Order: sequence, then C-alpha cells, then structure tokens
Amino acid sequence: MNFLSELREGLFIAWDSLRANKLRSALTTLGIVIGIVTVTLMGTALAGLNAAFIKSISAIGTDVFFVAPWQWFSDEPWWKMRNRRPILLADARALVRQTTFARATSIDVNRRMTVRYRDLSATGVNVNGTTEGGAEVGGLVLKEGRFLSAAEVDGGRPVCVIGSELAANFFPFESPLGRKVRIEGSNLEVIGVLEKRGKFLGMESLDNQVLIPVTKLVSDLIAARPPVLVRIKLRDLKEMDEAREEIRGIMRKLRCLAPGDPDDFAINEQGAFLQTFERMNTVLASAGLFITGLSLFVGGIGIMNIMFVTVAERTREIGIRKAIGAKRRAILTQFLIEAALICLLGGLIGLAIAYPITLVMDRFMPAVLSASLVGIALLVSVTTGVIAGFLPAWRASKLNPVDALRAE
Amino acid sequence: MPLIRLQDIWRSYQMAAETVHALRGVSLSIERGEYVAIMGPSGSGKSTMMNLLGCLDTPTSGTYELNGTDVSGMDDNELAEIRNREIGFVFQTFNLLARATALRNVELPMVYAGVSPDERREKAMAALTSVGLADRVDHRPNELSGGQKQRVAVARALVNTPSILLADEPTGNLDSKTGVEILALFDQLASKGNTIIVVTHEEKVALHARRIVRILDGNIASDQPVVRP
Ligand SMILES: Nc1ncnc2c1ncn2[C@@H]1O[C@H](COP(=O)(O)OP(=O)(O)O)[C@@H](O)[C@H]1O
Ligand SMILES: [Mg+2]
Repeated sequence: MNFLSELREGLFIAWDSLRANKLRSALTTLGIVIGIVTVTLMGTALAGLNAAFIKSISAIGTDVFFVAPWQWFSDEPWWKMRNRRPILLADARALVRQTTFARATSIDVNRRMTVRYRDLSATGVNVNGTTEGGAEVGGLVLKEGRFLSAAEVDGGRPVCVIGSELAANFFPFESPLGRKVRIEGSNLEVIGVLEKRGKFLGMESLDNQVLIPVTKLVSDLIAARPPVLVRIKLRDLKEMDEAREEIRGIMRKLRCLAPGDPDDFAINEQGAFLQTFERMNTVLASAGLFITGLSLFVGGIGIMNIMFVTVAERTREIGIRKAIGAKRRAILTQFLIEAALICLLGGLIGLAIAYPITLVMDRFMPAVLSASLVGIALLVSVTTGVIAGFLPAWRASKLNPVDALRAE
Repeated sequence: MPLIRLQDIWRSYQMAAETVHALRGVSLSIERGEYVAIMGPSGSGKSTMMNLLGCLDTPTSGTYELNGTDVSGMDDNELAEIRNREIGFVFQTFNLLARATALRNVELPMVYAGVSPDERREKAMAALTSVGLADRVDHRPNELSGGQKQRVAVARALVNTPSILLADEPTGNLDSKTGVEILALFDQLASKGNTIIVVTHEEKVALHARRIVRILDGNIASDQPVVRP
C-alpha cells in the first residue's frame, strides 16, 4: 500500500521534473535514441532477411546437390577454376541416368531472353531450360495446368510453364493455358502456371521466369552447346555422403580423370549457402549489437551524469521529503523512476524514428517492425535507465536529512 | 509517562583536530500538551537539540524516549517512520516544495504514510482550511506571501496529526505583523492541546510559550514556566 503510493508519487515527480527540464531531458536521451533506433532497425532487418531466406530456401530444401564446374563459396582463387571444362548436356544425361540415390533430378540451362505474346514483350526474363524433375527439385508449385513431362523433354516439344508475374502481365483477363508465347522465333504453348513465390533480397523475381524443355532450349534457341547445371535431389538425407561419393565417381569417369588428378568439377550443396547466410547474419547481428550496446552505454553514462546533477540540484527537496517521512526506498524509487522515464522517452523517440525507416526498408525487403521488438526496445531502454540511475538514486537515498535540509 | 524524555544526551561532532560537543549531557522531560520554547545564543546547541527531538539525528550517547519508545538507536527507515507519524516540522525557511501547489505540499506527509489519494485530498483541504488558506490551495509557494507559506507549512506539519509540532525560528523570515499572526496560530493550536516546541532566540516569541528552556554551551542553563501577569 505504501509502496504503491510511493510509486505513484515517484511517477508524478518524474513527470513533473521531465516537463520542467524538457530540453535537458531530450538531449540526455540522445544516446538511448540512437541505441533503440539501431536495435529496432537491425532486428527488423534480420527478421526480414531470415523470413525471406527461409521462404525462398525452404522450398528447395537442403537435400539438393548442384553439380557444376565451380565450387560455391570456395577458398580456392577463381583463376584456378576458370579454365575448368563445362559440363555438357550429354555428360549431364549420363550422370542423371547412372546415379542411384536420386529422388528427382534436373538438367538446367538459364538464359535471359525476351518473351513475347502478341504485341506484348518482356525483356530480361529468365528462361530456364530444365527437365521433368525440375519442379520437384526446385520445389515449384503449380497454380494451373501441369509441369513438363518426360516425353516433352525427350522430344524437345515447344511447351512452357510460366511464372505468376509473367502470367499476370501477359494474360490479365484470360487463362494462359493453351496460349502460345514466342521466344526467339519459336512458339511455345503454355501448359502450366506457377504459384507466386515472391522476391528474395532484391534479386530478380522468381515469378518472372519461363520453364521450357532443356532440349528445346539447347537445340533451337541457343546456337552453341551451352554448359549445363545438374541438380540432384536426394532420396534420403542420411545417404548424403554415399550419394556424393557415387556422383563423384560417375563424374570422374565421364570426364576421364586419371586416379591422381584433382576433381575438375564440384558438388555443391544448399548447406554451403545456408552457412554463408548464417555467417552474414551473425556478422550483421553482432555489428548491430555492438553499436546498440555502445550507444546504450554512452546513453547510460549520460543519464547517470544528469541524474547526479538532478540529485545535487534537488538535495534540499530530498531533505524536505525525508524530514516529512520519506524512507530510503521512497527516495530511491523516485529517482529510479525518473531515470527510467527519461530512458523510456528516449526509447519512444527512437521507435518513432525507426518506424518510418522500416516502412521505407519494407520496399526493398520484407521488414516489419514486430510488436515483440517494440517490447524489447522499451524494456531495454527502461532497464538502461534503472541501471544508470541506480548510483545517483542510491546516493540520494542515503543523504543525511540534516545536511540535505541545510543545502542551498 | 512524559511524551519526551531525554536522559544524559550527548551529541559530539568529530572534527579533524578535535571533538566538538554540541550537547553535553542534556536531560529533559516534556509532557503531552505542553508549549515549550527552547532559547539560547547562537552556537549554544539549539539546532542540534531540535534535530534530535525531531528524529532527524541520533545522539552520540544517552537515551531519547518518545511516547515511551526508545528512538535513540533506531535506523534511518525507523526514524523516517517516526518522523512521519509523530512529528510535524515548521522551518524558518518554510521548506515547501517549490513546484508543488499548497495542496500537494500538505498532502506530502500522507503520501509517505500510504493514505489513499481521496482521503489525502480531503484531509489536506481540511488542514489548509483550518489555517485560513481554503482559497489558496492551488497556489504554488512563489505565489504566496511569507505568512501564507508558513501557514501551508503549519498545515503540512499538522495534517498527519503528529504528537509534536517542532518549529525552528518559525517567525525568523517573517515581518513582525505576520510573525504575530503565526504565533497567534500557535497559541490557538496549543490551546487545543497540541504539543508545541519552538526553537528561537527572540524573547518575544518565547514568551508565547508556557515554559522556557534556556541552553548554554550544550547544557540546560534554566528551565522555567512563563509567568503571565
Ligand atoms: N555538523 C556539524 N559538524 C560540526 N560541528 C557542528 C555541526 N553542527 C553543529 N556543530 C557545532 O555544534 C555547536 C552547536 O551548534 P548548533 O546546534 O547549530 O547551535 P545553534 O543552533 O544554537 O546556533 C556549534 O559549536 C557548532 O559549531
Ligand atoms: Mg541554529
């Protein structure tokens, strides 16, 4: 009961004193403001990155091997791998045929091309020559129609599956199925439309693509024999090591490597990408935490300083309160509340600054200032205030009433 | 049982070179309802005495019984509680909170007693009315005259119905006319049965009391009732 009444009084005094020293309080909160802006922006960015990453990666899964001449995220210098022979369609086919651990496979060639429909055209569309396994390997979901069949891929048929954005642009009022789009003079019948996937990290939209039989792409649309990428989705993650060994053996034989020769190809995994992403995440998070910690620390020192000044200025008042019956706890609470309130104010200012920035950020990446982050930010500011205010408040609470009453 | 009983009270200050004895073995009893003036020249130990009586300070040695309770060995928090319940202070320099209205100043002791806001307000209003300031409750100290400020202080001192009203040179900062008014208020309070102790160096002020205790060099020099013609 007493404590409640002291608490209310503390809030009242703190508010009164904040209003009496508006400018000083506002300046004092600067460090806290910076800290809170950093922590909220960083938290929002990281949450957004993670959400985007998980959304785009989880569909593909970690159980897919990417067989290509080059290693991802390799420590080896690029000029050593530069001269590696590409993997050609025939080798890719042989690899896909011989591997025994696959649930699904695909052979892919990607090209940026112009796609037309009647008098409409879309430039720089990713045309992905692939095989019938491409849907399962890439985690593609169809909204309408069906995916490429084995027969269509073998025969190099003029058919295609289009992304949702392209479908919306070309066929706003009709079903795309059965319509023919044109790429480099070939007319391709639309047999399927993909579900919307969304953007990832400002990269090109996965919804703006066309999937066609790789054979069609290689035979008709591209003059030279292009290098291909082989994707192998495993039947079982537990067989990862055996599968890698098998693929390695097949590839070495296909590329006629002698027993002592090093591999001139690489079996990449999604895991490597994940690791790199996580490393980047950690770096971002620690940089954010460091800046936040530093500004909160500086801000905390500022608060402590201003609270010492406040206590000194109000020594007489402390004496009066003590003479009238305020216990140590009441005085301690009063000044702690004041410090916490200043910091809370800083936190609110920080959030008010950070919120519009997250709105701008949201146009480049998924960034939503979450309620829990707001809660954390406010909690952090109040805690900073309580910690920074403790020493001054403690000193105030220990003042001797006789001396305090004599103060000017 | 006397309200206040001091027995062989010493209060010494340890200075760098020597020990200053502000009080040297004071013994004194004050009954409930008495109106006492403590007099003495500057440096005689009046303020030290007042601080001890008001439980703002504790004696170096000796015992102080207030209302039958020994308060000489109490810690800060216990003393704060005693001050809150038993003692009302009136200071020479008023010691009101500058930013708070008269009403809030008077409410303050009840805040620390844990009285509910409604009751607080009601009692504070009553206390201000009893000192004739019902129409000044929302004024801040800088909007009040010296006499009015001291009335607010008296209202604040009395609002928790303490056992003792302790006044340190209550008229020291007032002109003689308002000083007389405050002393009249004290007379009135005394006649209603309040225990009042006034520390002063002015004979005129002391003569309002019914008993004068004179201090000299930390000892009681005389202790006599005021004889009224
Ligand atoms: N805090 C203190 N430290 C040292 N000496 C003090 C202190 N307070 C009072 N004294 C000394 O105690 C004596 C009595 O002082 P005080 O009680 O203030 O006298 P009065 O109020 O009658 O003028 C004086 O000699 C004074 O110097
Ligand atoms: Mg004095």
